[in-house]
Amino acid sequence: MALTDVRHARTEEPRHAPPKRQRFWLHRFDTKTFPYLMIAPFFLLFAVFGLFPLIFNAVVSLRHWHLIDKEKNGWVGLDNFTKLASDTDFWDALVNTFGIFVLSTVPQLLLALMIANLLNRKLRGATFWRIGILLPYVTPVAASSLVFAVFFSRDNGLANWFLSLVGFGQEQPLDWRAGTWSSWIAIAVMVNWKWIGYNALLYLSAMQAIPKDVYEAAAVDGAGPWRQLWQITVPMIQPVVLFTVILSTIGGLQLFTEPMLFDENPAQANGGYDHQWRTIAQLIYRVGWSDLNLGYAAAMSWALFLIILVVAGINALVTRRLGGGK
Amino acid sequence: MSSRLLSRAPQDTPGTWKSYLGLGVILLVSAFPVYWMFVIATSSDEAVMSSPPALIPGDQLMVNLREVFTMQDVFFTASLINSLIVSLAVTASTLFFCSLAGFAFAKLRFKGHNVLMFIVILTLTVPNQLGVVALFIVMGELGWNGTLLAVIAPGLVTAFGVFYMRQFIGHAIPDELVEAARIDGALTMRIYWTVVVPAIRPALAVLGLLTFVATWNDFQWPLITLNGTDYPTSMVALSDLASGNYVVYRRVLAGAFVATVPLVVLLLVGGRQLVRGIMEGALK
Repeated sequence: MALTDVRHARTEEPRHAPPKRQRFWLHRFDTKTFPYLMIAPFFLLFAVFGLFPLIFNAVVSLRHWHLIDKEKNGWVGLDNFTKLASDTDFWDALVNTFGIFVLSTVPQLLLALMIANLLNRKLRGATFWRIGILLPYVTPVAASSLVFAVFFSRDNGLANWFLSLVGFGQEQPLDWRAGTWSSWIAIAVMVNWKWIGYNALLYLSAMQAIPKDVYEAAAVDGAGPWRQLWQITVPMIQPVVLFTVILSTIGGLQLFTEPMLFDENPAQANGGYDHQWRTIAQLIYRVGWSDLNLGYAAAMSWALFLIILVVAGINALVTRRLGGGK
Repeated sequence: MSSRLLSRAPQDTPGTWKSYLGLGVILLVSAFPVYWMFVIATSSDEAVMSSPPALIPGDQLMVNLREVFTMQDVFFTASLINSLIVSLAVTASTLFFCSLAGFAFAKLRFKGHNVLMFIVILTLTVPNQLGVVALFIVMGELGWNGTLLAVIAPGLVTAFGVFYMRQFIGHAIPDELVEAARIDGALTMRIYWTVVVPAIRPALAVLGLLTFVATWNDFQWPLITLNGTDYPTSMVALSDLASGNYVVYRRVLAGAFVATVPLVVLLLVGGRQLVRGIMEGALK
């Protein structure tokens, strides 16, 4: 139908229209009640599988809750938490978690920034590069962790072979799993590999939203590309940097898959012969589903939750300060 | 002259050979572990244990795959089917419920919609993993532990999805279009199917990809609830392959490679959408 055609207004009732009264109620239901039905699934599912477990976790943490040995099950007050305070396993795991967290987050975000800066050019095949750096993001963590577990093996591992090429460890190959630092580094490499590309895209997206005249104005001062990056680009994308810092804090402190599968026998959730790379999430798994002591595992979860809140808060503050934000 | 050059915004500055070299190296590092997974998956024990380690694919892929698929107590074939069922169910349901809720929040006026949307955003910050102990008990009460339901149910609709859909629908669909359909006598559900869904196909593709990838790759919760049962997902089966006193690398990585292939295919097919989805997500 051409735009100039006359469109006759429909005067007759639509066919099959329900009687007026019924239609009124239907309309009322449709506009007043139905929207709530549309959003109900989210709230219902979140209540059952998100909020309730989190609250119920607190209840469990105040009880002795053993899966098999049920005789002693019951309220124990803060016993689980006092036990936690003097549990060297927990504090060791906390140190490991933080060590791996720092080693995996700082390089991750800095390298992502560099890569985003590289991508923030007029490039041939821009989409190709962007898709390419997402390969680690889609690769299952379990699969890539297993590759790296082989990569970092002491005998005939590729990592040691690369090291020997630059003249390191030819007589005595490095046993990555044995040492504390070497195992942390190996795990940090897995985390970095997985998340650098993803974060780079987040930064790139923010960089491309910076108005071009900001750079033109700054050019009067003759800022070189390097100063341009640190003095203009980074402060301008500060909200996204903050977002990634918080995201990687939440993710990093709950690190589970990489340390699990780095073990020579993952089923035991040991985190090394001496637990030198066992993270808190791994310890929770061990306590909960090997020792079957759910009450204590719940107490650890709450402790970890509080730690994450505090660290995320501190990191957010520090990022704001460094970024010179208001 | 040089200050003129520098006055250009980075995104208008053409890449130099150094940029391409840098990107090439990054791409190599990104792809190498996946490539090497394939190399080991196609190698014999001798090739894996040789020094220097194999860097070129061998011809043992079929042998290794046969071993993986016939391993006792690993249920590898079933695990792939399970992963597919779980990922498809979660993805389909997430797309439906999130777009429905997103539509309501973006275009319908009902009491308390601002407060409710604020709650949705607030729940984004709750780290769900911390409730796993209690979630395990809840699933136990429901009798779902060890079944695929335990993995599917918590993922059926996500706060991120609702939020993402609300943003997209808010921009993509003019209010007048919804009004016009309503004056024509269409009910909300009909407007959803005939007006909203056709207009948000790109957003559905993005959210679908993100959800599928995340669900397929999920490890911790499936391990907790499905480990030791006859219904593992492929990630749990991988952990089984890698456990035990004597681990055969070529077999483990052959399994890892099989579990990775669907996602690489997804990246090749939907990479453009995935990139867009992640980049758009950053701005909102």
